[in-house]
Amino acid sequence: MKAPKIKLMEVCGTHTMAIARAGIKKLLPDTVELTVELVSGPGCPVCVCSQSDIDRAVEVSRIKDVIMTTFGDMMRVPGRRGSLEDMKRKGSDVRVVYSSLDALNIAKGNPQKKVVFMGIGFETTSPTIAATILEAKKQKIRNFFVLSNFKLIFPALEALAGSKKNKIDGFICPGHVSVITGSIPYEKVAKRYKKPSVITGFETIDILKGIERLINQIKNREYKVEIAYKRAVKKEGNPTARKILGSVFEASDSEWRGLGIIKKSGLKLRKKYRDFGAETRFKVKIPKTRKMRGCACGEVIQGIKSPRDCKLFKKTCTPQNPVGPCMVSSEGSCAAYYKYG
Amino acid sequence: MCLAVPAKIKSIDKKEALVDFGGVQKKISLGILDGVKIGDYVLVHAGFAIGKVKKAEAEDTLKALDELKEVSKYESA
Amino acid sequence: MDNKITLAHGNGGRLMHELIEKLCLKFSNKILNEMADAAELNVPGNKLAFSTDSYVVKPLFFPGGDIGKLAVCGTVNDILMKGAKPLFISLAFIIEEGLELSTLDKITQSIKKASDKAKIQVVTGDIKVVEKGSADKIFINTSGIGVIAHRGRHIGAKAKTGDAIIINGTIAEHGIAVLNAREKLGFVSSIKSDCRNLNFEVGRCLAASKNISVMRDPTRGGLAMALNEIALSSNLGIEINEESIPIKQSVKKMCDILGFDPLYIANEGKFISFVDKKDASKVKKAMGKNARIIGKVVSNHKKEVQLKTEIGSSRILAMLESDQLPRIC
Repeated sequence: MKAPKIKLMEVCGTHTMAIARAGIKKLLPDTVELTVELVSGPGCPVCVCSQSDIDRAVEVSRIKDVIMTTFGDMMRVPGRRGSLEDMKRKGSDVRVVYSSLDALNIAKGNPQKKVVFMGIGFETTSPTIAATILEAKKQKIRNFFVLSNFKLIFPALEALAGSKKNKIDGFICPGHVSVITGSIPYEKVAKRYKKPSVITGFETIDILKGIERLINQIKNREYKVEIAYKRAVKKEGNPTARKILGSVFEASDSEWRGLGIIKKSGLKLRKKYRDFGAETRFKVKIPKTRKMRGCACGEVIQGIKSPRDCKLFKKTCTPQNPVGPCMVSSEGSCAAYYKYG
Repeated sequence: MCLAVPAKIKSIDKKEALVDFGGVQKKISLGILDGVKIGDYVLVHAGFAIGKVKKAEAEDTLKALDELKEVSKYESA
Repeated sequence: MDNKITLAHGNGGRLMHELIEKLCLKFSNKILNEMADAAELNVPGNKLAFSTDSYVVKPLFFPGGDIGKLAVCGTVNDILMKGAKPLFISLAFIIEEGLELSTLDKITQSIKKASDKAKIQVVTGDIKVVEKGSADKIFINTSGIGVIAHRGRHIGAKAKTGDAIIINGTIAEHGIAVLNAREKLGFVSSIKSDCRNLNFEVGRCLAASKNISVMRDPTRGGLAMALNEIALSSNLGIEINEESIPIKQSVKKMCDILGFDPLYIANEGKFISFVDKKDASKVKKAMGKNARIIGKVVSNHKKEVQLKTEIGSSRILAMLESDQLPRIC
């Protein structure tokens, strides 16, 4: 074995939370023969939303006759003017939904209003929004609009795998993204950048199994994609979902917090569906992005820094007064470190 | 990244299904998943079935967890 | 508009007089019937427990309860947690004009039923009606008085090292039932609020052991907050076994689906006892068949609650930072 110290990245924020809740880090080997360290990755859609994406949603929510809908995850993310929750307090109509279909139903029930859905998420979530847009088109609902802040994980994964700064030995790959994408897109990352990659489920036992397989690969100097979440993930994924996604959206360049603009890592509506785009329908002025002083979210997302290395952590940045998105998102790594120690 | 919870399909009406999460039922969309039938287990995310779950392997996982609990019990004893 | 509450119901005139008379009739007892400006109370002993709380739950009616039942049980349980016997309760309504009289009627029915069950008398009350938009349908404040018969002082600071921590049943039902009714998320389940008075169990506990150091009802903020408050005020550590915390499968599933942590979700018919470990099994029995010993008080990691996880690791069970919202991640 090359080095006794192994650094693994859990790409997905839901893994970050599950690891913290089960106390897995305390059980990992920490001896002279082997040390295993886990760092969190960019797989928290709230954390990687750029400041201007959040500001745009906040501005749109202030427009007369707009009902802003979103997942609960987005409610408290601070924009320059405040969060969506703050706007609600100030009189904007902002509603938390469990599904984008709920937002569509709100549009149906309020034909005199414009219902905007603040869409976030990765390949797991974006096909559900695509299906909702298809449904809106079919039912000729013209007061439903989507802010497309979706991200594609593979371009970001490649950027991280190719980076020299983070020294990651292997990836715990997101189980539920893989339900849609299948395992094939990971092959490139594993082969080209020599990063063992194991698709992992979310039960405690799943995560332990994923870590074990990664350690074995590293020991044997293998760089494979393995599925340790076979009950849900197939090699070919869910082609129907991908087809629907591809029919409504196309890849576009996108800005990630901490990682900057990554080519073809976001989604925009295809021409045929542009009428559902909130970006074109509502022209709003967005304050210029200003980097928050001292906030290390960017480095945390890349696995370069631990939340504890951030000067603001637990001092000026707390879940009640979050500075960066890794603290505000409940699955953000800073929030997980804060909550579970 | 994405919470998704397994549920059993109770009934299907075109592209909509009634699922049971275990004491909690809800209507969800089958809009992005093909080939689902009554009795199947699916993963539900944001109101949609996103993929099927194989039951036998799910049971294996639960068994493994029980074994792990046994081990940790003895270790801490 | 005669089937709705109007500002005239609160302006001191005839309509208000009639409404108050009607309510007094409902809660009829010697003290209330005097219709004096203040209730005159005869109380045995000289140590009283006195507690007040305001109720603003939305929706007003939810599976397992309503704002009226909650307003009685909540205050009764707070008195019980002091080890006191609840005797009297006040009842003050702040009503938004336009509330259906039939709704008010249903709520007062429910208050009557709940106060009879808890063996507590409504002895004084008040009604205010505010303009539309100045309140949300109806707010209720209740204050209760009980007598403390025993010598112990069941406050958080009294917890001591070695105490066993016992809960009387499954957690998080009230919060989930209310959320599901309010947010209309489309989940169908048999989950009901656990809202009820705890007179019976608390009475049995106090009879079973003289060594109960703390009783607490984990309402808002859930079990996690109640434990944290006790750890702080006693300056001791608390250790909880995650697996021993009782929770119904349906409630756990709802929490999984919405991304909630049930340990932070409100209960309205649950309480925890801290008791000397030699009396633990007696008290557990007194707390009912669903009672479980969930942890103990320790002298290390002071002011902190540690949760032992299912795989034998541990983590800190922190204070609640902000209300939980349904999430997809």
